[in-house]
Amino acid sequence: MVKYIIKRILYIIPVMFGIIVMVFIMKAVTPGDPVLELLPLTATEESKENLREELGLNDPIIVQFGKYVVGVLHGDLGTSYKTKQPVLSEVAERLPNTIILAVWALFIAQIIATPLGIWAAVKQNSAVDNIIVVFTMFGASVPNFWLALMLIQWFAINLGWLPSMYNGSLISWILPISAILVGSIAHTARAARTNMLEVIRQDYIMTARAKGQKEGTVIFKHAFRNTLIPVIASIGSALGSLLGGSLIVEQIFAVPGVGKYISDAVSARNYPALQGGIIVIALLCCIINIIVDVLYTVVDPRLKTTFMKSSKKRVKEAV
Amino acid sequence: MAENSKLLEVKNLTVHYETDEGIVEAVNDISFHIAPGEILGVVGETGAGKTTIARSIMGLLPKPPAHVISGSIQIEGQEMLSDKPESKGFFDFAQKRARSADERRLERIYREIRGKKISMMFQDPMTALNPVLYVGDQIAEVIKIHENVSEAQARERAGEMLELVGIPADRYKEYPHQFSGGMKQRVVIAIALACHPNLIIADEPTTALDVTIQAQILEMLRDLQKKFGTAIMLITHDFGVVAEICDRCMVIYAGEKVEEGTLEDIFDNRVHPYTVGLFDSMPDMYDNSLRLKPIKGLMPNPMDLPSYCSFYDRCSVRCDACKDGAPVLREINRGHFAACSAAAGRGEVE
Repeated sequence: MVKYIIKRILYIIPVMFGIIVMVFIMKAVTPGDPVLELLPLTATEESKENLREELGLNDPIIVQFGKYVVGVLHGDLGTSYKTKQPVLSEVAERLPNTIILAVWALFIAQIIATPLGIWAAVKQNSAVDNIIVVFTMFGASVPNFWLALMLIQWFAINLGWLPSMYNGSLISWILPISAILVGSIAHTARAARTNMLEVIRQDYIMTARAKGQKEGTVIFKHAFRNTLIPVIASIGSALGSLLGGSLIVEQIFAVPGVGKYISDAVSARNYPALQGGIIVIALLCCIINIIVDVLYTVVDPRLKTTFMKSSKKRVKEAV
Repeated sequence: MAENSKLLEVKNLTVHYETDEGIVEAVNDISFHIAPGEILGVVGETGAGKTTIARSIMGLLPKPPAHVISGSIQIEGQEMLSDKPESKGFFDFAQKRARSADERRLERIYREIRGKKISMMFQDPMTALNPVLYVGDQIAEVIKIHENVSEAQARERAGEMLELVGIPADRYKEYPHQFSGGMKQRVVIAIALACHPNLIIADEPTTALDVTIQAQILEMLRDLQKKFGTAIMLITHDFGVVAEICDRCMVIYAGEKVEEGTLEDIFDNRVHPYTVGLFDSMPDMYDNSLRLKPIKGLMPNPMDLPSYCSFYDRCSVRCDACKDGAPVLREINRGHFAACSAAAGRGEVE
């Protein structure tokens, strides 16, 4: 098991390398010059050239890449063009906000959506099921930026119950989290419903019923854990899209998170900030996927034995 | 008393599946009974309605689409089918309420019966056990449901059951995927026998296993059946299995019972052309012919059964009289029934 985790952690290295390569290719092919954003319009050609030289923009792309990778290996994500601060500390400052947004949205979605999906599946084709299916379809197809604007319109402007912008208070988290939550609940509930429908048609559910077990126990003891296996597997990918979605929602609600940091960096051609933000988010995704995979083996004993068997075999061979 | 000598009595059972494509007539007017300690073989090809019969007895039909149209199922004299009619109208609320209340009452009775009086073994041991629970706990579960025992006692009993089916009790805390197919089927047998039921319905218990394991499992079933005096309803499509362990045998075709009798009746004096065809289609060690002799044609579409004998189109001895209507089940000898107009005549000659 420990071996497996170490192996998974080592897999992060090629993934991160690939991401740095992609970010650099994007940087090379995107038009625009960061120097124009940094200097006033009246700046002379000479001062522009000096700044380019200073930022290392005149080096061949491969040299820039090499320098950057060496920097990353030393824990240096570069210096923001705009603030002249280390990118790492700027991202670290903003990361908790993004994590709060994404993780809470994910957590609340799991708590609400899984029972909802299971309820719909158990009462398949009933009124409850139809209502849940229609609402989750709606939730899954509504874009979160539109929902964010509507939430501001209703709850901040018309009703005046909640602040329209993030201001550091707990209550101002409600709207940004809700904007992400709706889609997240919808997707999770649909996945839970589909999985549950599949599980309750399995033979072992019939076996449990044939034992004389109560229907409720059949669902919660026999079907629930089997339903959780694919649901947990989907958390990893769900989090990826949540982090992506939070980029827009953070912008709309002015939440000072990594998402807003990245989108600001894009419009300012602030390459070090952009790269640093993406790398940190990617790393976060990798780590959460490892946690999900480990959790997966806890729920599904079939996977756990696979690891145990392989390690036992090795022990035998060694002896 | 005659009534009490029957563990299970099924009378005129008719089950339909109502699907979007049409009504599937899965089981048509089948009657049979099982006496305590008896092994009844139910033989028929795939799609003949064998599994539907088994699930009807257990009250585990998937509703919808399944509907029990008519008939009665009595388990130790207790009627298990609702006598309240199913309401067809949308606004028959009173009738609907009466029906669902009655179904809830029956479901409560069924929960006492399933696993305790009647248990069921399913066809595929690979999928019949829950992959995320210990095999031992899956046996202990049925004991805990039906018997007033503590957790520790249930575990101990489950361990004993494992030993009984030839699995060391120290494998209690293992998962189904760590077991081979034959061992999984042993666990399924242990679950079925855990509360010493009066009847086990075994739905093709050996079909998914290879032949050597089949023989082991059948032998074990027979030994345990002798030990506990349990009756078994053995569903199969293999006469070899029937010959191995059954006392009586019933042949099902297109949801209808075509022949029923003791092993001698079926194996030596079979009269229905379908039964005859089934035997002819089996490989014979002493016959030098190179090919098997299958029954020509296919089973009729269960959505569109003919009004006359459903075997007519494939029958080798059909006559004009066969087209006049559904054949009636006739007693050929004492306890030997066949539903064939042509064969009934032959039976009388005998």
